[in-house]
Amino acid sequence: MAMSRDEIYQKVQGVLVDALGVDEEEVTPRATLRGDLGAESIDFLDIAFRLEKAFGIKIPRGEMFPEDIFNNTTYVQGGRITPAGLEELKKRMPHFDFTELDKDPDINKMQFTVDTVVNYIENKLKS
Amino acid sequence: MRWIWIDKFTQFAPGKSATAIKCVTLAEEHLHDLYPDFPIVPHSLIVEGMAQTAGILVGEASQFREKVILAKVGRATFHRLARPGDTLVFEARIEQFSEQGASASGTVRIGGELLAEIELMFSHIDRNMAGMAFPEHNFVFTDQFKQVLGTCRSDAPISL
Repeated sequence: MAMSRDEIYQKVQGVLVDALGVDEEEVTPRATLRGDLGAESIDFLDIAFRLEKAFGIKIPRGEMFPEDIFNNTTYVQGGRITPAGLEELKKRMPHFDFTELDKDPDINKMQFTVDTVVNYIENKLKS
Repeated sequence: MRWIWIDKFTQFAPGKSATAIKCVTLAEEHLHDLYPDFPIVPHSLIVEGMAQTAGILVGEASQFREKVILAKVGRATFHRLARPGDTLVFEARIEQFSEQGASASGTVRIGGELLAEIELMFSHIDRNMAGMAFPEHNFVFTDQFKQVLGTCRSDAPISL
């Protein structure tokens, strides 16, 4: 039987508590991984490893967090995501909410939230 | 010179697990620095021993092509102290491995008794997410480290 969004959320919450050493109450749907939960770059690999184990899936590099785009000058210039970058991101990240970036494509506003991770897993389990 | 914190590998299963030992001796100067008159091995150096055991295991998994650095200590739980005369047994295993890095976990025991449980993350730094550049030569895995790996084959009689 397919997992419900609540079940996915609870597992993701457990993964983030273990990977980031935060309290369960801090892991809310809108909490940002870097800003609110203090994730650093190596934590994203740790989170991906733990999610793979928890859900029995394989997460190819760049699928959940497409970090390669941010080092590409076609897609990011002067701290802002170009229209081509935004188009590429939307194609590769159906799990991300682009509402704020559509208004202002400042790279610093590209914040991954707990919901982003839950959306990704939900899509992944459906596919 | 690198401070090698393990004396010898006693088991090495490439890409999977490794066991190394470290004999603690009162001759080590640092033992006298932490608590004068009460020589113990600092927990940070026990983590370093596990990082070297697991780090060589992770490095060997890519035939030492990657520069492997300790990026995160996910957990380090200690149950007892290590003192001069003790032989620490580091047992490490690779949990997950990818082109970006690896996670490893392990235990440290003295005479079968659990001393510590440790979880580590290693990064292949040339493939780091920030796109930073590092020197081309592999400054992590020097000949000295590879010599330690050779100890797991050193039980053969030495002819003089």
